[in-house]
Amino acid sequence: MTASTTTSVSLDVRDVHLAFGPNRVLRGVDLAVPRGATACVIGPSGSGKSTLLRTINRLIEPDRGDVLLDGRSVLRDDPDALRQRVGMVFQQFNLFPHMSVLRNVTLALRRLRRLGEDEAEAVARAQLELVGLAGKADARPAQLSGGQQQRVAIARALALRPEVMLFDEATSALDPELVKGVLGVMADLSAGGMTMVVVTHEMGFARQVADTVAFMDRGVVLEAGPPEAIFERAEHPRLRRFLAQVL
Amino acid sequence: MDPLSTLWETFFDWDAMREALPEMLTVGLPNTLILAVSAALLGSVLGLLLAVAGISRSRWLRWPARVYTDVFRGLPAAATILLIGVGLAPLGMQVWGPDPYPLGILALSLIAAAYIGEIFRSGIQSVEAAQLEGARALGFSWGDAMRLVIIPQGIRRVLPAWVNQLIALIKDSSLVYFLGLVASQRELFRIGQDYAATTGNESALLLAGLCYLALTVPLTHAVNWIDRRLRHGRPATAPADEDEDDTESALSGATEGDRR
Repeated sequence: MTASTTTSVSLDVRDVHLAFGPNRVLRGVDLAVPRGATACVIGPSGSGKSTLLRTINRLIEPDRGDVLLDGRSVLRDDPDALRQRVGMVFQQFNLFPHMSVLRNVTLALRRLRRLGEDEAEAVARAQLELVGLAGKADARPAQLSGGQQQRVAIARALALRPEVMLFDEATSALDPELVKGVLGVMADLSAGGMTMVVVTHEMGFARQVADTVAFMDRGVVLEAGPPEAIFERAEHPRLRRFLAQVL
Repeated sequence: MDPLSTLWETFFDWDAMREALPEMLTVGLPNTLILAVSAALLGSVLGLLLAVAGISRSRWLRWPARVYTDVFRGLPAAATILLIGVGLAPLGMQVWGPDPYPLGILALSLIAAAYIGEIFRSGIQSVEAAQLEGARALGFSWGDAMRLVIIPQGIRRVLPAWVNQLIALIKDSSLVYFLGLVASQRELFRIGQDYAATTGNESALLLAGLCYLALTVPLTHAVNWIDRRLRHGRPATAPADEDEDDTESALSGATEGDRR
């Protein structure tokens, strides 16, 4: 998966705040992901993990704080242009059910990157090959399993050659036996040097693949560090309690 | 003649039908189709604009769409057709002459648009927010995401209701006779009505009714077919699996058809 990783950049989230009415979802989140590194964000549900991801590509605009790609703030950029640089994969895949798998991948290539049909198809087929689904190009998403759909969603994001990839509980909606294939693709991508932020409940994945693990609770990163520090020498009692529950 | 056979003759006078049939098929049917199809096209385009305006975040788009829909859904079709067809006739005279068709089609379209707009709006609003998020995350603007991802899915879901509206249009097209039609402009209803009036026998009008049914009944069945197809997905044409994880495929399929 090296082809798409040559351009990955560092990501810095600085003191990001966000409130929905009286509900303060993010209360000053900091997260630094060096170029090519993988950060796994763990924590109980409702802690703001998914919202944090959405402020990075500005699907939700933060109230305060900054998001930097390659050391440069992106908050004043055109959000649509920013989102072409930041790939995102969702819990529910969000594939377009009225289009074939191939067209799901080529749509943005053609409309946003303005590639010709042949070129877009070639890129898409190569990307589908990398996630092991070259044979499904003409199928509709509904004809695929959840695991296959999620791999298509990853291929769709990677086809745009993103500089950072965001994964929002990418395996949470999958049947247990399908999780491994998706995590495998993500691990390959991480090993290939993609800068990644992975919100996950898969502690095994976080332990093996992450360079940094960040524990979020009630809208802040309570503790962050290399996986061994987080999993073996957790300091904060809330993190210890969380790990005791999930491990 | 006994009353029963008089009654029979009134409706089923084969000679009267045979006399009316050629004009019915060569003049009435094409004219009905011209009215209904043109109004369906224009009404659908206007309906789509109304639907998009109706879900807009700007109240300056939402409000006019709301008022328009209330007015044109609330007025009797006959009143709308007369108001537009007669009221705008002096204007139409300047542009295309005395032909009542353009204004008739316009009036039918404006009525249909109010209904079709509501149908499309409900379809578009039924598409999960996650679809918009997925498209926006790829870098599509709101407009592109709506045009390429949300609207096509939303309209697909309400095709049965849309076809019902086409059926209503075919029937309502008979109302343009209010606007005064010369012989060659008469549609199915008017031709049947004219024969019935001159002969005092309703058979030709019954024949016109049969022509309407020949158009609308297949459409109602098309609605059912589309509905079934949307519910259960297209007939299985899945390409043979060469993938290593065939077993996974068995788990799919059920999800898509259930969303409506």
